[in-house]
Amino acid sequence: MQALTNKSQAVNRKPMTLLERLYLINIIKGMLITFSHMFKKQPTIRYPEEKREFSPVFRGLHVLNRDEEGRERCTACGLCAVACPAEAITMEAAERVEGEEQLYREEKYAAKYEINMLRCIFCGLCEDACPKDAIYLSETFAPANYTRKGFIYGKPDLLIPNPLTEATAFAEAKGVEA
Amino acid sequence: MTILALDWGFIIEKLIMIAIVVFASLGIALYTTFGERKVAAILQDRPGPSRAGPFGLLQPLADGLKLIMKEEIIPNAANKWLFILGPGLAMTASLMSCAVIPWGSAVDVFGRHVELQIADVNIGILYVFAVVSMGVYGIMIGGWASNNKFSLMSALRAASQAISYELAMGLALIALLMTTGTLSLKTIVEQQVQGHWWNIVYQPLGFLIFFITAMAECNRTPFDLPEAENELNFGYHQEYSSMKLGFYLFAEYINMIMSSAIMACMYFGGYDLPFFNEASVAPNIAALIGVGTLLIKIVLFIFLFMWIRWTIPRFRYDQLMGLGWKTLIPLALFNMLLTGAVILAKL
Repeated sequence: MQALTNKSQAVNRKPMTLLERLYLINIIKGMLITFSHMFKKQPTIRYPEEKREFSPVFRGLHVLNRDEEGRERCTACGLCAVACPAEAITMEAAERVEGEEQLYREEKYAAKYEINMLRCIFCGLCEDACPKDAIYLSETFAPANYTRKGFIYGKPDLLIPNPLTEATAFAEAKGVEA
Repeated sequence: MTILALDWGFIIEKLIMIAIVVFASLGIALYTTFGERKVAAILQDRPGPSRAGPFGLLQPLADGLKLIMKEEIIPNAANKWLFILGPGLAMTASLMSCAVIPWGSAVDVFGRHVELQIADVNIGILYVFAVVSMGVYGIMIGGWASNNKFSLMSALRAASQAISYELAMGLALIALLMTTGTLSLKTIVEQQVQGHWWNIVYQPLGFLIFFITAMAECNRTPFDLPEAENELNFGYHQEYSSMKLGFYLFAEYINMIMSSAIMACMYFGGYDLPFFNEASVAPNIAALIGVGTLLIKIVLFIFLFMWIRWTIPRFRYDQLMGLGWKTLIPLALFNMLLTGAVILAKL
């Protein structure tokens, strides 16, 4: 059979010489190897202070988007829920009434919008399915929680801050847009 | 009227010395655990403990506090008295050996001439051997009293290992003692201070044997058979918790410090700083420089121990016994013979 690589070596079965059997030289060699590691760069990232950068295509927590006037973009069409392979998204639609025009962009909006973060596989298909650019995946991940209930994120957790009233929080939440 | 015909100043002086040495070795042992973790981490490209205090310097205090706060568990089937006696004995034995180590020459304080050594026993090295061998009892008693098969097995291993390596250690030392002609550690150090060379030059093979056996005596990797985690879970202190476990671990580190100190004294000139004329400075300062020199030598030896630990894997049990009986003892005997021949030829 032809060898896969040229790295294979025949096993050396020669009896060891006295110098080899003393092991002292080999031990010193090994100690030099470990000593050289003292000067190697440590790959450690000291987490809470230092954070590793995510890749630009990282898919993290969902964000419900608003338009420039601070109105919710979501119309509760349910396409994201249909697209979701993990069936993590549920919503209830409601009709916009008189005087709510500055809150919701279209006549229909999501009264309840919940994503179960334990079910979600962060595939991003909801983002693809959304015709209104109302949902996208951000660059943060779901923090730990004590209860299962805590992982069901409702509208208050998902909505991005209003760009008109809380401009800095909005910019922060928006992050780097892909 | 004097209360008894005693030199009370002498007793107070020695008590202060004992307190300083005991607490200093406890403190150093505390920070040796930190050093061990730090060295292990750095040799493995990790940062090591760095959260408690600046550079993680408070880590050993946190560890100690944790050990003290832990629940004290004595197993039902254990022999209660022996179970408590074990760690105490291990700790006592390792602390007792620091009595004969000459930490420096002498200082003059308040008109008193204070020797920086608790007791200059004329059989110092013999005393160290006697006390260190007693440490095996601590391990044996602890392992037996736990009434746990793993503890017992590891205690048996520890005892047989200590006994076989003590033999080679003693034989390696005899060759050194033949050249020095004294058993007193102080005199051995003084000879090296006055003489041209340290004893390592006359006894390189002897030192190598002594170093290997010292590593085995301290149950350090590659000879940490009594603690072989993958075969014996945790070794002879398996059933121990809280400060009793702490005592065992501490005793091990103090043993390490003491064997480093003894190696420094016997082979590396003790408190002798090379290329430095002690007479050129005030005697007190010279003595303090000597103490610092000895401490640096001890730290270097401890680092060597750690460095070896994180380089070489553990021996198999039969390899350990083979190395001890078939290699080190014949080598030590040969070294003895060689030294004797050289001494005879010089006469």
